[in-house]
Amino acid sequence: MTEVLEEKTTKLVNLTIDNLEITAPEGTLIVDAAKLAGIDIPVFCYHPKMEPVGMCRMCLVDVGMPMRDRDTGETIMEKGKPKIQFGRELQTGCTVSVSEGMVVVGYTEKVKKGRQDILEFLLSSHPLDCPICDKGGECPLQNLTIGYGSGESRFDLEEKQHLAKHVPLGDLIWLDRERCIQCARCTRFQDEIVDQPVIGFQNRGRKLQIVTFSEPGFDSYWSGNTSDICPVGALTTADFRFGARPWEMQASASVCNQCSVNCNITFNTRREAKSGGDLVIKRAMPRQNEEVNEVWLCDKGRFAYTSVKKDDRLTQPLIREGETLVETTWEKALDLVAEKAKEAGKEMVSLVGGRLSNEDYFNINQLTAHLGGKSLLNSEMAGGDLVSQVGLGTGSNIADMGQGDAILIVASDLEEEAPLFWLRVKQAAERGAEVIIANARETRADRFAKYKIRIAFGQETAVILSMAGAKEGIAVEFLADDAKVKAAAKVFSEANNAVIYYGSDGLGLSGSEELSKACAFLLSETKHTGRPNNGLVAVWNKANLQGAWDMGFRPSETLAADLKNAKFAYVVGNDPASKDILEKSLKDTDFVVVQDVRLSETAEIADVVLPAQVYTEREGTYTSAERRVQRFYPAVPAPEMTKPDYKITAKIAKRLDLSLEKIAASLVFLDLAEKVADYAELDYVRLAEVTEQWPIIGRDDLFYGGTSYQNTQGLGKQISPAIETETIKYEAFVPSVLSKKDEFLAVPVTTLYDRGSTMLSSEVLQPRIADPYVILNTADAEKLGVEAGVQISVKLNGKTANVTAKLDDSLAKGIVLVPRSMGIPISDPGSITIKAK
Amino acid sequence: MSKVDKHILLRHHEIPDIANIKTYQADGGFETFRKVVSTKMDPVELKNIVHDSGLRGRGGAGFPTGLKWKFVDDNNWPHYLVVNADESEPGTFKDREIMEKNPWQFFEGIMVSAYAISANDIYIYLRGEFWELAHVLDEQIELMKKEGLLGKNLFGTEYELNIFTHLGAGAYICGEETALLESLEGKMGQPRVRPPFPPAVGLYAKPTVVNNVETLANVSLIVEKGANWYRKFGTEKSAGTKVFSLSGRVKNPGNYELPLGTPFRELIYEHGGGIIDDRPIKGIMAAGASSSIIVADDKALDTPMDYESVPDVGAQLGSASVIILDDTVDMSWLINKTTHFFKHESCGKCTPCREGAFWMTSLTERIRSKKGTMEDVILLEDVAKNIKGKTLCALGEFSTEAVLSAIERFPDDFDAQVNK
Ligand SMILES: Cc1cc2nc3c(=O)[nH]c(=O)nc-3n(C[C@H](O)[C@H](O)[C@H](O)COP(=O)(O)O)c2cc1C
Ligand code: SF4
Ligand code: SF4
Ligand code: SF4
Ligand code: FES
Repeated sequence: MTEVLEEKTTKLVNLTIDNLEITAPEGTLIVDAAKLAGIDIPVFCYHPKMEPVGMCRMCLVDVGMPMRDRDTGETIMEKGKPKIQFGRELQTGCTVSVSEGMVVVGYTEKVKKGRQDILEFLLSSHPLDCPICDKGGECPLQNLTIGYGSGESRFDLEEKQHLAKHVPLGDLIWLDRERCIQCARCTRFQDEIVDQPVIGFQNRGRKLQIVTFSEPGFDSYWSGNTSDICPVGALTTADFRFGARPWEMQASASVCNQCSVNCNITFNTRREAKSGGDLVIKRAMPRQNEEVNEVWLCDKGRFAYTSVKKDDRLTQPLIREGETLVETTWEKALDLVAEKAKEAGKEMVSLVGGRLSNEDYFNINQLTAHLGGKSLLNSEMAGGDLVSQVGLGTGSNIADMGQGDAILIVASDLEEEAPLFWLRVKQAAERGAEVIIANARETRADRFAKYKIRIAFGQETAVILSMAGAKEGIAVEFLADDAKVKAAAKVFSEANNAVIYYGSDGLGLSGSEELSKACAFLLSETKHTGRPNNGLVAVWNKANLQGAWDMGFRPSETLAADLKNAKFAYVVGNDPASKDILEKSLKDTDFVVVQDVRLSETAEIADVVLPAQVYTEREGTYTSAERRVQRFYPAVPAPEMTKPDYKITAKIAKRLDLSLEKIAASLVFLDLAEKVADYAELDYVRLAEVTEQWPIIGRDDLFYGGTSYQNTQGLGKQISPAIETETIKYEAFVPSVLSKKDEFLAVPVTTLYDRGSTMLSSEVLQPRIADPYVILNTADAEKLGVEAGVQISVKLNGKTANVTAKLDDSLAKGIVLVPRSMGIPISDPGSITIKAK
Repeated sequence: MSKVDKHILLRHHEIPDIANIKTYQADGGFETFRKVVSTKMDPVELKNIVHDSGLRGRGGAGFPTGLKWKFVDDNNWPHYLVVNADESEPGTFKDREIMEKNPWQFFEGIMVSAYAISANDIYIYLRGEFWELAHVLDEQIELMKKEGLLGKNLFGTEYELNIFTHLGAGAYICGEETALLESLEGKMGQPRVRPPFPPAVGLYAKPTVVNNVETLANVSLIVEKGANWYRKFGTEKSAGTKVFSLSGRVKNPGNYELPLGTPFRELIYEHGGGIIDDRPIKGIMAAGASSSIIVADDKALDTPMDYESVPDVGAQLGSASVIILDDTVDMSWLINKTTHFFKHESCGKCTPCREGAFWMTSLTERIRSKKGTMEDVILLEDVAKNIKGKTLCALGEFSTEAVLSAIERFPDDFDAQVNK
């Protein structure tokens, strides 16, 4: 029995299942109790993450109860044992809870016959096109048919119904109507788990069919999960459809690098002729980690791998010769880089992006420190230092939060910024945790929030400080609803456990820095630090920004000047030149080295370009926003001439008389653990440890949990915030005021489906990309004569662009939301002019 | 005081103008409701009266009404009363007559019942085809509001009561109480897993009593006249009168209110005037399309129509929609009709009913079109048996009753159809 289940109730009951004596918490469903005891009861509609519905009737069992004397209420004994009375009919094991003395039988002829009958019924309208079905080989229906089905069909094949087999439910999911067994797992997932019932049943009886109600179809960030849990091949994903057979593929553990949740992934790979005999990724599946992503992935994370293409990769070092970059050897390139770096000395900067591994950051920072340069982070969000001080306490798991706990979301559109965090907080709310939202606009998290504090953009810090009891510099009239703030502050402070998620909704670097300080102050004032399920989470917009902070990188308010004044810029895994202002500065930098996987805009103006490897081609670790350090493994081979970043850096370092580890990521990690105190306890072996998880999924019985993968490669380790060992004091401060000079204030916000390189390069995700747009208040738009969906002209930071106008009446007047990476560069709130066309 | 002659429910036979509220009130109407509310009668006492009266649900299952009310969870509020006026069983047409012809007694019955279970809101769920009736009920509800019989602070007390009508959209399954609740909540009409039962978790997950129209139409008189008065009618275990909807091959089809325990013979031959053209009777379906077909021999005709006796002849009383089959009716034809009905009405939520109803229909089609063999008949019987006992709600079970009984009890009708 796993602890996970035991914790939920205290009372345990004794029962037997198939003659095995077991103990299970009262209230456990028979199917789950059996699963824990290692006995498989076949299910189709039941899924351990959702409420039972008893629809498919596959999980039939015979259930007996001890007989009681009608008058005395005492158990009737027979031969020293309680006399058992079985029900007249079989019962569905997914809808009946275990109770004391229960006897469950699943092996008798009666039960087997019952299950056979159900299968026969299911197959009577099933096409049995296993040979061409994506699910074939990992299909619960196929497996159970082999277990329970009869060899021949008594149903007249002429009378089979024929239905549409290629129905696009949306851009990412296809439905085969013939294969659907009407188990409603998909619709219940959308409704119960992600609160987005955009698909549902239509009609009735045998005409019952899955349809989508949204425009565009299946409009949800979560659609891929329905394909995993569909117990047949009715729902297939656009990337994998007819792409490979499950048994041809290998599984390789990884971690999603699309956002700071760091969901656990399994890449399925196959060597194939059409890719020139190369090993290629065919799909990404969730890998169970109940403390991170459970068994789910968001669609961006699931399909992101499709953006990596062979042909646009850098495969050879390049060196500038006049106007052009020409191919060169590693030796030549590295020698030149080392020479220029040495010349620059203290006047060098390294600038890194947010998706490198900890090992890469570590080596780059070592090299930079060796030269006396600056380790800079290309990021518009701050606070990583505070997260390392008052981040989540060791042993945190949002899944343990519920009644009596509080979760505060501030300046974050959580689903857009970190989909799985949104899901986990939603579930905590359903378990009774009080969710407080302090945002300047409506988001999908509002639906489960108990306290909604609607602030104006720019008041985020003030609100948090005021919740912490600070008075100075806090204009009460600023706070949209003072009573609400007080009530929320009380709930937060009195909560047993409390966590803050702060994001970057409407904030630039300085704004988020202030906000993070205010959050740290609130947590320390309310003593919500240094304990499990207490602390600060920065909802970073890149996968490993926390790792970058932990390894010593800092964003700079004066990045343009830093680059301009540098003699040597070592730009790794980011593309500063895609922003006009940085491009200008880089042109003044004496020598620019770009280390990347693609020829970015910065690479095009660089002096040397070094070809690195994509994270799917190598090993490494990421640190999530919850400060969980997790390993990823190589899934596919890297192009021949490329090298992992840490190795390239080590090779440069060697030429500068600095010895850095380069043989393997695991060895770099040993160095790192020695030098970075928070990581001292960790090594690759510890990170690969797994403990038993509930529900049990991904074993031979795919019917139970779907095709998600069991985690055998490591659950990672959460590192402790400094406050657990030292005393850290935080002070209140006077928040700065965001002044609005002009009619319209543009604020940056995050949208998951942006126009960043992942989305643009993925053919699968492309149809989901919106044209560049901004969002205006409806009344403002009316005044400007702008209708929803029309093109308007906007001018921001001296740049003019034509974009689509979207309208939102919940938005404050005078505010214009400008999504990041959506075609209009924006880093901080600022003035914007709008013209109707 | 009202007079009760032959009828407790179809009292318009005695008082033709009873649908006029003045007439109803002149006969003592709404006095029981007024008394119950204004004297702040203890709901427990009311539940006890109804329990002691032996009143059982008239919607089909015959579950003791008072007992159901006692299951209402008093630790969870609010409570709801839902009146099942879906009346969709083929051959049932009694609820409609009660609501149309004796509406005020129906209303008073549901209002007293609502008080008894401490509900402030009543939903009347009507089948979609009853839209005209729903319109009339709405007007009557408005009138009652004006008369001070509905609304806040009734008779100067704290008690508030509201009634709402709701139309279904043409699905037999929405008569099943949990599918009804789903539909009422605006969702697809599909049954829920039971337990939990509605008195624990019902409408909007709140304690809810779902009762049939006819069941509740008795309540005001039972409360007025007492449990023992009601027990004078019917049998010991099946107390009271029942409205039997008689149809099929009889001379005088219609609704007949008779004490429970009246033999089939009396209903068919005395009240129904016997079989059309005085042909021999062949079979009886006592509970509409959901029935097993009773072989109409002397034993069957002398069987009392009550909840305990009908099973002795291999059937259920159900909603007492008695369909008479004479010797012109071929049972293979009949089950072709019933399987079509259930195929059309299966909600599709559970596998055996969804797939089985389809399969049975294609087999009865084959048999009826004389393309079938004896093997098809055997297969049909097997398919029906495989559905039985495995479905989520009783509809699936119902779909097998006529099929299994027809094949077992009227083999000749099948022999004649199949090319051996
Ligand atoms: C398929 C199906 C259809 C039903 N249709 C009706 C109906 O039309 N009217 C009704 O009162 N009860 C119907 N019932 C019975 C209800 O589920 C429920 O038992 C009844 O409304 C309870 O009220 P009662 O106790 O007063 O009979 C149906 C049950 C099933 C399984
Ligand atoms: S599409 Fe799949 S998950 Fe959805 S109802 Fe059909 S079989 Fe079940
Ligand atoms: S939530 Fe974040 S980490 Fe998880 S799959 Fe989506 S993008 Fe990847
Ligand atoms: S038995 Fe038929 S009507 Fe009832 S739930 Fe199953 S499919 Fe629906
Ligand atoms: S009914 Fe239990 S798994 Fe479907």
